[in-house]
Amino acid sequence: MEILSLLAGGFAVALTPENLFLALMGCFLGTLMGALPGLGPANGVAILIPIAFSLGLGPTPSLILLTSVYYGAMYGGRISSILLNIPGDEPAMMTCLDGYPMAQQGKAGEALSLSGIASFVGAFVATCGLVVLAPQLVKIALLFGPAEYFVLFTVAFATLGGITSTNQAKSAFAAALGLGIAMIGSDSQTGSQRFTFDHIHLYDGIDFLIAIVGLFALSEVFIFLEQHKGSAAVSSGPPKIGRILPDLKILKRCVPSISRGTALGFFSGVLPGAGASLGSFLAYSLEKQTVDRKGETFGKGDPRGVAAPEAGNNAASGGALVPMLALGVPGSGTTAVLLAVLLQLNITPGPLLFTKNPDVVWGLIAALFIGNFMLLAMNIPLVGLFTRVLLIPTRILMPVVAMISFVGIYSITGSTFDVMLMVGFGVAGWILRKLDVPLVPVILGILLGNQMEVNLRRAMTISDGDWLTLVGSPLAIILWIIAIAGFVLPMIYGRRMRARMESSRQDDEFVGD
Amino acid sequence: MLKNFIRTGTIAAIVATLGVSGAHAQSFKAENPQCIAPSNPGGGWDFICRTTAKFLFDLKVIEDSMQVTNMSGGGGGVAFAHVTKERNEDNNLIVAASMSTSARIAQGIYEGATQDDVHFLATFGAEYGAIAVQSDSKYETLTQMMDDIKADPRSVGIAGGSSVGSFDHIKPMLVAQKAGLEDVTQLKYVSFDGGGEAMTGLLSGATEALSGDFSEMLGFMESGDVRIIAILAPERLKKFPDIPTAKEQGYDVVGANWRGLYMPAGASDEAKEFWSNAIQTMVADEGFQKTLEDAAMAPFNNFGDDMYQFVAGSIEDVTKLSKEIGIID
Repeated sequence: MEILSLLAGGFAVALTPENLFLALMGCFLGTLMGALPGLGPANGVAILIPIAFSLGLGPTPSLILLTSVYYGAMYGGRISSILLNIPGDEPAMMTCLDGYPMAQQGKAGEALSLSGIASFVGAFVATCGLVVLAPQLVKIALLFGPAEYFVLFTVAFATLGGITSTNQAKSAFAAALGLGIAMIGSDSQTGSQRFTFDHIHLYDGIDFLIAIVGLFALSEVFIFLEQHKGSAAVSSGPPKIGRILPDLKILKRCVPSISRGTALGFFSGVLPGAGASLGSFLAYSLEKQTVDRKGETFGKGDPRGVAAPEAGNNAASGGALVPMLALGVPGSGTTAVLLAVLLQLNITPGPLLFTKNPDVVWGLIAALFIGNFMLLAMNIPLVGLFTRVLLIPTRILMPVVAMISFVGIYSITGSTFDVMLMVGFGVAGWILRKLDVPLVPVILGILLGNQMEVNLRRAMTISDGDWLTLVGSPLAIILWIIAIAGFVLPMIYGRRMRARMESSRQDDEFVGD
Repeated sequence: MLKNFIRTGTIAAIVATLGVSGAHAQSFKAENPQCIAPSNPGGGWDFICRTTAKFLFDLKVIEDSMQVTNMSGGGGGVAFAHVTKERNEDNNLIVAASMSTSARIAQGIYEGATQDDVHFLATFGAEYGAIAVQSDSKYETLTQMMDDIKADPRSVGIAGGSSVGSFDHIKPMLVAQKAGLEDVTQLKYVSFDGGGEAMTGLLSGATEALSGDFSEMLGFMESGDVRIIAILAPERLKKFPDIPTAKEQGYDVVGANWRGLYMPAGASDEAKEFWSNAIQTMVADEGFQKTLEDAAMAPFNNFGDDMYQFVAGSIEDVTKLSKEIGIID
């Protein structure tokens, strides 16, 4: 009951006309930034910090503006995933896998509104979780030492087969490629350079977004160029948008997916070492293993494949606030920026934040609720508008995609080197697609490789090189069991389904192009 | 390292006199000034830039608001190379710097860089290092821990927020050296990404101790999660008289992480003077001192020639140390 009265106090702070206006602004800007590849939530918040300060906003209004941008960007990321097959931000990557095929089948409206609803549920539940469970959750997060984190990342890689099970060898090759790329840069443990060839731009490794925009978006442009070879013919007549709201039957079918996605996403958000991308990834692969073991519908436009990762990444964004507020440890790039804002407002996150600055914390939480409702209200009617993008003929859309990619990447670091690198990734993506090598494991390797390696090395340092430390706690053993099950079960099922697969194997496309 | 430590009062007086001379140097005016934080948002360097940007604008030292740019990479090396190679004559650029900057120059991490490649402007604060353990740890004092480390250097895991050979690593090495451990490289140092993650390393029980900056531990000490067994300051802090120094426990080690700024070496003398005066005006502001205090930093000021000598001394110290403990040849 105490929580409710504190929350009511928070709403009293947040529900002033000024704050509501700020929330609206933040949601709108955030959605816009999230939808643009390159401009993810972290950049969005970072860009708005000076505005918040130059407007002379107090702590709570500033936080309301910035968290609205944060949640807004998490919503917005899905839009370009679904419409253009370009993830607007890292966690929206998994939404491409089924969202883009849905759009191609003329179900863009459904995909957008369904993912909007899933995002809402994920974020809403996560915010509730933040209210009720923050102190307890911190204790769970602390159960994870380096060894446990390593096993958690192993789970992600072991369940990889479930996602791209058409050819395990090619998946493994793709994952190895990604892990190899992740090794480039300064070794964070010793500071020594690896594969940087004395090139200063490689010292910090390869930015994940450069890889993702190159592999996904630019390779799409190349494929288009190749297929159309200068002729401006648009093949399949005017594209369909389809209905704007999904019918209740589909929505009902997605409810379990959304709930599972939310739970998993929130949990990985709470773990500071995991974050939103792992959240949406695990949500997707778990969902696939649960409802689509035979690999028939996922990756080909299954609404559940849109709902689960979207619920997952939005739940994770709420979950990531738990370690940020209670431990001062940001679980993601965006929470790192929010942490900086708090510090600048003279608020030090940490175990005492909830007792020292209750007005700020509860105002923030109330702002999250308000922003979330606002985003739902704003997003569903706008679906019709967003889907108009698909009416643009491809020969116009593709140059725009290329332009957005270039501008987006240049805006991250302001370095032409990164732009060239992105083009390189685009070519690589095109080649890999030609060879039928799935792109998701590459991305996953780049994304998780360093964390996985660093945690293994920490665990080894602590145990003085004793490998048994990796099975040294009950939690680690449970995670190993999940990993092994995730790896072995698809193989057993695989035998049975291979026969079916052969018959339905006209074109096994991975990214849904 | 702290020979130039000056109390706030003196500084305020110095600044007051300098403020007059500052009035003459109006031949230069900052236009669209920029501060580069050589890290991702959220760290110490980012704090320097954002705080400086805010105060200089609020105090009307600069008319245009200052743009803060994050340029992470190579432990600050990307920003350093950017400044020396591409922006060497930019009069409107300042860059956040700290102990890590001089330490990395000393250890040769910035590819052949020397102090003279840039113009070190000022330091305006410093933060002492500290060593913490979990509140239910068996170690009540630094001496107990050092006894165990002397008996078996691998028995105590020490978490730190930065790579092997960084200042977080050097600090416990120095203490162990004073304690009489012969091969200090035997120390079990576990590197994490940033002070926050290192703290979770300690709290999750993955390591027995934590080496970091005092401010990072403050909240966890007040909440009763950790115990700070030593602060690496010359004397006990006034605000926290219960925390013992390493020195009084018999290990004469002072570890201060200074915070400051540098700018391109090729900037005009007027610009260099303008920015030096600007920071002195900022340091004289009470609100700024309050911000420092809230961030658990002590005032620590060096300008002009003092600053040059200070950085030179700091680089020399780290070079000597790194050679002693075998990090560089």
